[in-house]
Amino acid sequence: MSLADLVFIGIAAVTILGALMAVSFKNVFYNALSLILCLFGVACLFIYLNSEFLAIMEVIIYIGAIAVAIIFAIMLSRPMARETEKLEAAKISRSFVIAAFLFAGLCLTLHRTVWHAASPEGDYSMRMIGKALLGWGILPFEAVSLVLLVAIIGALLLAAGKERSS
Amino acid sequence: MSQSLESYLFLSAALFSIGVYGLLARRNLVAILISLELILNSASINFLAFNKFCLADKAVGQVFAVFVIALAAAEVCIGLSLILLLYRKRGSINVDEAGELKG
Repeated sequence: MSLADLVFIGIAAVTILGALMAVSFKNVFYNALSLILCLFGVACLFIYLNSEFLAIMEVIIYIGAIAVAIIFAIMLSRPMARETEKLEAAKISRSFVIAAFLFAGLCLTLHRTVWHAASPEGDYSMRMIGKALLGWGILPFEAVSLVLLVAIIGALLLAAGKERSS
Repeated sequence: MSQSLESYLFLSAALFSIGVYGLLARRNLVAILISLELILNSASINFLAFNKFCLADKAVGQVFAVFVIALAAAEVCIGLSLILLLYRKRGSINVDEAGELKG
């Protein structure tokens, strides 16, 4: 087994561990910090998948913007960081059974399907992504930018709603 | 061979199942949002894994992953402002206590 494979297994373990901690800790603040660990593992996996651009985007947008926004929201609502949530044993076991069945079904399907393999060699460069975004992907690209604009305006309106009405 | 298509797919299936578990088990809205992020990440791992191992044009999967990240940013933006609004209105972000729309 080569060094790259060992590192891959380590990264996969860190990702899964981060994800498990992100759902299992009762304090939301720890959940958000574990989410950052998990997202960093995913970014490392993206490098293994030859997509350096996506790895950088994952770190900048997911960790730099989304995770930090979640932490901001937790800190802004005062007692949330100190609160621990009471979890019912029945609900946990029910959710665990559903998730385990889902995982087993997915693994079975993955195992049985025959994938049509192609060569991993190819042009992964940012130039090709840009050409694709402004070529065949121009319509979804514009739609996504519209969605982002609407989301920003909506978030501003929602956050300012109380001050406007009073 | 540990870096095969199947190992990536198993990993993303595990992430997805963990996300679904969090979605069902947690009652805190921020924790539910975090679980949603895990699910979206498993989708982008799948896109990039298929991009590497099954597609000839290596830009297609990366473009889809860019869209996933952009939509996740929009979703978190709206979700967090709704959560803060709910928190200011009732001082709690437990989903069980926000049941006005329940039929």
